[in-house]
Amino acid sequence: MSIEHCPRCGRDIADASLHATCAQAMELEPPRYCVQCGRRMKVQVVPTGWSAACVEHGVSSGGTAAATR
Amino acid sequence: MATDTHDGSDILDRARAQVLDRGEGLDEAGILEILRLPDERISEALQLAHDVRMRWCGPEVEVEGIVSLKTGGCPEDCHFCSQSGLFSSPVRAVWLDIPSLVEAARQTAATGATEFCIVAAVRGPDTRLMTQMREGVKAIKEAVDINVAASLGMLSQEQVDELVEMGVHRYNHNLETCRSHFPAVVTTHSWEERWSTLKMVRDSGMEVCCGGILGLGETVEQRAEFAAQLAELDPHEVPLNFLNPRPGTPLEDQPVLDPKDALRAIAAFRLAMPRTIIRYAGGREITLGDLGTRDGLLGGVNAVIVGNYLTTLGRPATEDLALLQELKMPVKALSATL
Repeated sequence: MSIEHCPRCGRDIADASLHATCAQAMELEPPRYCVQCGRRMKVQVVPTGWSAACVEHGVSSGGTAAATR
Repeated sequence: MATDTHDGSDILDRARAQVLDRGEGLDEAGILEILRLPDERISEALQLAHDVRMRWCGPEVEVEGIVSLKTGGCPEDCHFCSQSGLFSSPVRAVWLDIPSLVEAARQTAATGATEFCIVAAVRGPDTRLMTQMREGVKAIKEAVDINVAASLGMLSQEQVDELVEMGVHRYNHNLETCRSHFPAVVTTHSWEERWSTLKMVRDSGMEVCCGGILGLGETVEQRAEFAAQLAELDPHEVPLNFLNPRPGTPLEDQPVLDPKDALRAIAAFRLAMPRTIIRYAGGREITLGDLGTRDGLLGGVNAVIVGNYLTTLGRPATEDLALLQELKMPVKALSATL
């Protein structure tokens, strides 16, 4: 059975005890680990966005931190 | 040169006369007094720092975007840095290609920013990186109206000359912290080696950008030492970072700097360097939040990095620009920086 991986620390996301700070931290960080396989991704951040590449599952992308206003 | 006289008078009264009226920065002892002000006097210090900024720098705010040309895999052991290849950080090595670099510059310019700093996670640039820089700077200058700055680690004189010839107008090389605390933060090179690069940059005619990170475990005395050392260098710009403890680094468990201490430091650094660009750099989101960001802009800060940082995310540029508009602080225009 496959598990879902935390994009910040790479561990099993179902084990909440492992991710006390991950959700909040992810507001200001791009993903580092592939959610599907847990591999570390190659992440490029630029002023207006980011891209994250998993060798197995391809590229995801995003912008800046969520607007607070 | 600062000429404090410590006659028992109130430090803010002395700073008003010395810094605001005469434009002379506080010395280390005076800076320390600012850093030790009680909580109830922080707003007064920030107001004075703001008055100093307005008098000696003007109301304009310089806006900058930064990008990592070469991410990760750094051979150095700067204890705060997620890009060191020596720590168990999740940051992997990545190179940005030239078309993407130019597009990043274009998008940065579109936000209204006039500065674009190209950064690499290296001890110093090798031939490949200098070639990438030469091609990248040329491509940016052909396509985008923006000043190009660089941050590539420690340089040789030949490399300094090359960067000048490329048209890089400002070079960043942070001292990171004071001389006495540096060995506790970095062991693979020395503070003096960084200072040598900065002297070469200064002598070359490129503008010097030099700052550091507050909250690396330094004492308040060492924070004053750092401000005084930066003032002695007299850089064109001082970027102030606040430590964002990164997973896998030796400082991952370092407590985040208290926002009141961060604001005291902003005021103190401005009162040490009345004419210098002081820039909000990394870590302000987790240390100061929105309210603290505003307090700093009204307390001596006159430049910002907008958007994302090198490996972490920042507020959208539109938010910062809206805040500047609300504070009636004009964005520095490109022609004004040339």
